[in-house]
Amino acid sequence: MVLLIQYTLIFSAVLILVALGGMFSERSGIINLGLEGIMVFGAMAGAMVMVLLPSDASKFTIIALTLLAAAVAGMVSSLLIAVACINFKADQTLIGTALNMLATASATVIIKGFNTARSGGTDFSAKLDYVRGHNAFMFNIGSLQLSWFIVVAAVLLVIAIVFFYKTKLALRIRACGEHPQAADSVGINVYAMRYIGVLMSGFLGGLGGIIYIAAANSTWHFDYGVAGAGFLALAVMIFGQWKPERIAWSAVLFALFRSLSNVYMGIGFLHALPISGTVYNMFPYIVSLIVLAFTSQNSRAPKAEGIPYDKGAR
Amino acid sequence: MEKTSFFKRPAVQTLLASVLCAILGIILGYIILCFMNAEHAGEGMAAILTNFFKYRIASTNTLMKYMGSFLVKSVPVILCAEAILFAYKAGLFNIGVAGQYTVGIIAALYTSLALGWHWSLCLLATIVAGAVWGFIAGCFKAFFNVNEVIAGIMLNWIGLYICNIILGGEKCMNQSKSETFEISDLNPAGLLPGFLQDVFGGNQYMTIAIPITIIIAIVILVVLNKTTFGYELKATGHNKEAAKYSGMNAKRNIILTLVISGAIAGMAAGLYYLTGVEHFKISSSVPGMGFNGIAVAFLGGLHPIGAIIAGLFVEYITLGGQYLNTNYYNPQVADLMISIIIYLCGFVLFFRTILNRPGKVKVNANAEPNKTAKKAEEKEV
Repeated sequence: MVLLIQYTLIFSAVLILVALGGMFSERSGIINLGLEGIMVFGAMAGAMVMVLLPSDASKFTIIALTLLAAAVAGMVSSLLIAVACINFKADQTLIGTALNMLATASATVIIKGFNTARSGGTDFSAKLDYVRGHNAFMFNIGSLQLSWFIVVAAVLLVIAIVFFYKTKLALRIRACGEHPQAADSVGINVYAMRYIGVLMSGFLGGLGGIIYIAAANSTWHFDYGVAGAGFLALAVMIFGQWKPERIAWSAVLFALFRSLSNVYMGIGFLHALPISGTVYNMFPYIVSLIVLAFTSQNSRAPKAEGIPYDKGAR
Repeated sequence: MEKTSFFKRPAVQTLLASVLCAILGIILGYIILCFMNAEHAGEGMAAILTNFFKYRIASTNTLMKYMGSFLVKSVPVILCAEAILFAYKAGLFNIGVAGQYTVGIIAALYTSLALGWHWSLCLLATIVAGAVWGFIAGCFKAFFNVNEVIAGIMLNWIGLYICNIILGGEKCMNQSKSETFEISDLNPAGLLPGFLQDVFGGNQYMTIAIPITIIIAIVILVVLNKTTFGYELKATGHNKEAAKYSGMNAKRNIILTLVISGAIAGMAAGLYYLTGVEHFKISSSVPGMGFNGIAVAFLGGLHPIGAIIAGLFVEYITLGGQYLNTNYYNPQVADLMISIIIYLCGFVLFFRTILNRPGKVKVNANAEPNKTAKKAEEKEV
């Protein structure tokens, strides 16, 4: 049971951050299907920092630098979406898909090259080990093993809620997602707001990526990407109706189903059921499909999302 | 004046934009090779581009044999692209092609290996399987307003896990090799009949899959451009409300589009796996074929015949990755090049709209400074 709580907390942290990222991007009017790719870039950068830091680095240095690297990598990769979709009015779905492919392919190439160079040509795998970095993030409360990642996610969630409802900037971003022409007519720079939205999604997505690979594992194979976590976060965002507090609790719900596939072995009655482990892997996807079927009908999606901003349009 | 009208011809624009994308992709690929190992970059690029033509020295027969394998391997990616562009014309981004392809794999290998069906029935099963998977996504879109991209992605993963469960069983999977059995050993009648095998150096994998692919591309071209049904699909894609107003059944069209698209994707898997050239292994990620299909569809200018050419190109590059000297590079560089090409395809549509804007070319050149368009013009000159 303790294990279930641990995993649920970890996956909630990931899903909350990434879904919030998706929310800010979509609220500004850009559909960010590239969240998955952003997560991969963030994860790769964070993992490389953990591997490369000298062994006498303090816990705080490891934590700070890893998170910083992941966030920066996420933001840089989100620029690929921002430039194409905001300035060049590219098809947002296509660009998002391209970014996902680009991320997995380049992570594989980079990590393989990195491993080959570091091992002097004996290790060709796309796998990174970061046990030391993984341990630096851990602390215990009683028998519950927690990770600093969860604390970071909780703090960011609070900041996001306050930011979303209480600041002028957030109001402007939201206006650009609903009716950019109207926003422009009162002097809001639509392009700038959309850039901010996408960059925020890059920041949060990158952090989500490093948490996904480092909070529960101490090695990661980068040729798998992040196995659909980014898309799960999109489902969480839709289920959360593009509102931060609703996203938070729907993330916890999804995380619970997701963690069942990791820990069902340890739960007596679930393990006794004649169901193979693969079925539990399928669970979060089936649940999200069904949930989406019930929630999408009255969907409160930002009105202008997916539509490139055209100043001349009426 | 003459030149303006030349640029405005859609076919010319498409060709120009796609060629530009491909060239830029190759150039960026070369730069990546330089970063990895500058000394051997030229050699590496040459290996990708010469590809299987290096066998021309050996004998024409060997060359033709490799050429045959290349054609066979291009079939699924071309058909996936056809599936994607068909749905895209009707306004749906069918990212679920990857999942429809996956259930196609289940149908092909299960009916052939476990049930021992004749190839024609196996192929039919793949088509039905893909269609069912498309139908599910279509129903979610039409009745519950679930975005087809999200529904498709969820179905991709569900399909993958079902595939792992079914094909991982003892009937299909050779547990010692952890890949599916040879169809030719268990059920020779399940293999597709050969096609021009002698011309291609006796390549046993050359089957009727290749002519079928070409026929499907032509059928899609005709259906989209010459039939009322195709017109309705395109109209629904342009404006769902307007189509509904003029008496078209928008919901039916959405479902039908995804069913047809899924059927083509399922068939892609059937035409590939039933040749026996490929085996399924337990996988933890959705087969990339559907996603490569997106690249091919856009690179081919969303034209059924263009997709064939683009499919051959993408497969050529992917295959080229395997000819790289693994001491210096890894084959995934080819995947990276392809993903760069897709990313660039996003700019292609913009480039075309710029050229299509009335009077744009004549009036002024500095209204919307655009890197891609400028580069394309330079290339043309």
